[in-house]
Amino acid sequence: MWYFTAPQIVFGEDALDELDELSGRRALIVTDANLVAAGLVERVARRLERAGIESRVFDAVEPDPSVQTAQKGAQVALDYAPDWIVGLGGGSPMDAAKAIWVLYERPDLEPAEINPFVKLGLRRKARLATIPTTSGTGAEVTWAIVLTDLEERRKMGLGNRENVADLAIVDPELAAGMPPQLTADTGLDALVHAVEGYTCTWHTDMSDGMCVNAARLIVRYLPRAVADGADMEARERMHNAATAAGLGFGNAMASLAHAMGHVLGSMFHLPHGRAVSIALPYTIEFAARQAPERFAEIGRQLDCSHDEGERGARALAHRLRAFCREIGNPTSVVACGIARADYETQLEKMVDDALNDTQVITAPRYPSRDEMRQLLDHAYEGNEVEF
Amino acid sequence: MALSFPSDEWIKELSNQLNASPSYEQSAQDWEGDFIFVVEPDENYPETTHLFLALFHGKSPGAEMLSSPDQQEAEFVIQAPFGTWRRVIEGQLEPIQGMMTRKLKLRGNMMKIMRYPAAAKEIVSCCARIPTDFGD
Repeated sequence: MWYFTAPQIVFGEDALDELDELSGRRALIVTDANLVAAGLVERVARRLERAGIESRVFDAVEPDPSVQTAQKGAQVALDYAPDWIVGLGGGSPMDAAKAIWVLYERPDLEPAEINPFVKLGLRRKARLATIPTTSGTGAEVTWAIVLTDLEERRKMGLGNRENVADLAIVDPELAAGMPPQLTADTGLDALVHAVEGYTCTWHTDMSDGMCVNAARLIVRYLPRAVADGADMEARERMHNAATAAGLGFGNAMASLAHAMGHVLGSMFHLPHGRAVSIALPYTIEFAARQAPERFAEIGRQLDCSHDEGERGARALAHRLRAFCREIGNPTSVVACGIARADYETQLEKMVDDALNDTQVITAPRYPSRDEMRQLLDHAYEGNEVEF
Repeated sequence: MALSFPSDEWIKELSNQLNASPSYEQSAQDWEGDFIFVVEPDENYPETTHLFLALFHGKSPGAEMLSSPDQQEAEFVIQAPFGTWRRVIEGQLEPIQGMMTRKLKLRGNMMKIMRYPAAAKEIVSCCARIPTDFGD
């Protein structure tokens, strides 16, 4: 047995109007200062006001939000007593909103106790709405929460199926202001979600369709969204694709490219989407010898080749690298300007951290320590994986 | 020769396999925490059996089938019916998925286990390497 968990999703042009229909008294909007400055928070607050809901803003969410920020936000919620928490932004504000909501409902819990193995008993005080302003993370529909513990200097993968949002509002207008590089990085994040959600060992019949359709949409529309941010058809299809990919991988799992991407991101501050999209083709080639079938299948769905087995999987890896280049993104770590000496210095820690990343559990081919070192080495140089 | 599951011989063989595994030694080098696996009765197995596995710093210093549940204490206790354990050992049920769906019931800090996915994976691989007789 397994589960498929999803919020109610309102999507498409003018989806933000749905806020007019909410019932409630008070909402805490969890966001960041940039979105306040961009006027998006004001737009949401006005909508809530029309619904008769007063609001307060917690805009202290930083990129890679910390445990301490979530605890501060939870204290604001405890003081304000909202019946809605609204996560507005990219993955960081939405993850912070989930954590703040859980800690508001369950102030007896430590953040580290938010895990899939306990009953949380949420929705006694408030419900959660998520509103993405980027097209990539899928955090609006997933239950995962990533927080950084500043004291221990490590990222914590948290979350419980109960903390998936009640309502996700997926309005492409809110993502229309993304610059080309952010559009590319976040869109590639969604593509990696789709491919890994389809190919990880926890994929299911329920998640497969979401992943395949998301991948098709991204391959078709991301280049257009990067080339012309005012192309609203491309924006809308990318916004939908990112949410679909979130539903797909969020109900399956990510895999080895995320394990590698997490260490590349945390060591060298590469944007998450860029880091995982660099890693993905190397992990596909690594899996190609022992477990190529699922990669070849999704490759055929994307018209990479009609080959089966290892040739089909390798064709997918080639296509993904070409796609990155097409939208101006790198396909190796060296192309990100990271010096070999700096990389070597961190390599053993990266190997350790990648092997101990929970996403590695679902890899179709599980790397040994030496193989992980080689994978990171190949990803640095941009050499195809032949082992 | 296949070893009967659950049995003292089987859990000792798992301990031996872990001690012979460089992957386990590397991935669990700072792990501290013993396990008790509780095999519950079902239609194919008539009784409750407790298997103790000591794990410390990448090695397994001991293992035994317990004659009573109180004979040993362990930081982690995982319990499931015989048929569920069989699915884990035969690779049909990934143990972390099993715990998330509560097919395998864990007593202990799951998040500590989740920080050692490579070690957990290697324990399952070692189980699969043991020629096992399920009494068919």
